[in-house]
Amino acid sequence: MYWKRVFEEIEKLGINSLGIVSIISVFMGAVVTIQMAYGIESPLIPLYSVGLAARDSIMLEFSPTLVGLILAGKVGSNIASEIGTMRVSEQIDALEIMGINSAAYLIQPKIVAALIINPFIVIISMFVGILGGYIFGVFTGVVTPYEYMLGIQWEFRPYNFFYAITKTFFFAFIITSVASYHGYYTKGGALEVGQSSTRAVVYCSIVILIFNFILTQLLLV
Amino acid sequence: MIELRNISKSFGDKQVVKDFSFTLEKGKTNLIIGESGSGKTVTLKCIVGLLEPDSGQVLYDGRDFGRMNFQERKDIRKEIGMLFQGAALFDSMTVQENVMFPLTMFTNMTEKEKLERVDFCLSRVNLDKANKLYPSELSGGMKKRVAIARAISASPKYLFCDEPNSGLDPITSLVIDNLIKEITEEYQITTLVITHDMNSVMEIGDKIAFFYKGEKAWEGTNKEILVTENEKVVDFVYASKFLKEFRKNN
Repeated sequence: MYWKRVFEEIEKLGINSLGIVSIISVFMGAVVTIQMAYGIESPLIPLYSVGLAARDSIMLEFSPTLVGLILAGKVGSNIASEIGTMRVSEQIDALEIMGINSAAYLIQPKIVAALIINPFIVIISMFVGILGGYIFGVFTGVVTPYEYMLGIQWEFRPYNFFYAITKTFFFAFIITSVASYHGYYTKGGALEVGQSSTRAVVYCSIVILIFNFILTQLLLV
Repeated sequence: MIELRNISKSFGDKQVVKDFSFTLEKGKTNLIIGESGSGKTVTLKCIVGLLEPDSGQVLYDGRDFGRMNFQERKDIRKEIGMLFQGAALFDSMTVQENVMFPLTMFTNMTEKEKLERVDFCLSRVNLDKANKLYPSELSGGMKKRVAIARAISASPKYLFCDEPNSGLDPITSLVIDNLIKEITEEYQITTLVITHDMNSVMEIGDKIAFFYKGEKAWEGTNKEILVTENEKVVDFVYASKFLKEFRKNN
């Protein structure tokens, strides 16, 4: 295992994605909160259910799956184009000639790095999303701070967290392995590298959505 | 010394290399020349194991590469240095890191020893002040020289060069050619150069195999190639109208 490469990839694939993930999570939390409040018309439904619904939808679906799809776009295209360029410019051949297992050197650290860092990214996304819901919910006056705080603590099930992190592990593996595959088997030149990158994003997204359904069926039903 | 015995390679119905035999001698610059698409690079890839030949043997100092297991191949590849057509430097690394890469991967040298070796290799290819530059900041000739420095950094026994002069002007080509020849003789390396550049052939061709449509059509030295009567070789060497006239009048 090339541990130095793993740490480099943690920074490249994970830390460098925190900005975009945070921005998206804040607005995702805000929109979910406002939409929930807008949907509650009956006076029989307590207003704290806005916080509860925002927490559950962010934790169960939005953070793991949406962040997975965002990373499929950002990280997946990055991996496929990086490895694809190395393939067409003979850098991978150079590694092989030196007696280095190119897949172990290039791909394995990316997979391990994503498995390590992605759960933290998703946890940060959950936190930022719920915080965004709080800030925008209170700022727009659709919910009070007390009701929102009560809602996000109401009937919290730790199993939901386990479910979200399990999905994240699967998605991390899918993003890095599918994108690496498309990059590694690129043939041709710059045009084909671009095509590989696009294909990687499309396949990653589709596989993530399929596994999202399968894992939900297996873990929640 | 590397012996190639009856190497053949096909892709589907198309036979690219046909029954090719050649001996690459130690301390000499061995050349495989021929037209573009004649099978030179495929042969090179068969020699270094990037492609598996359909039949035939590649013997590295008597060791049959085709019969080696993964670990044995890995060990022999540590003895190989290769200069790729496009240099194949790692984009994300500086010149220093590129040259140091084989040392980091395969030796127990200290950081100081590695840096000394890098400096030595870079000065050997006349690139003393390029350590901190990235490949994107280098000219074509500089990239080739860095690639040579990387290839020799781990003191290889075998050096392979795939079209070392492609994209270079005649003067820079000459510098690269002479560098390859000097290194080959100085360190007694078994060197194979794949080229279709006649200047290279004349400058460094200690031993030459001429490829024509996947087959060896001629073998000799750079002195012999000018006087051979082999029509295929003559057509290749004296390709231009000017040279054909020149040959006729001399």
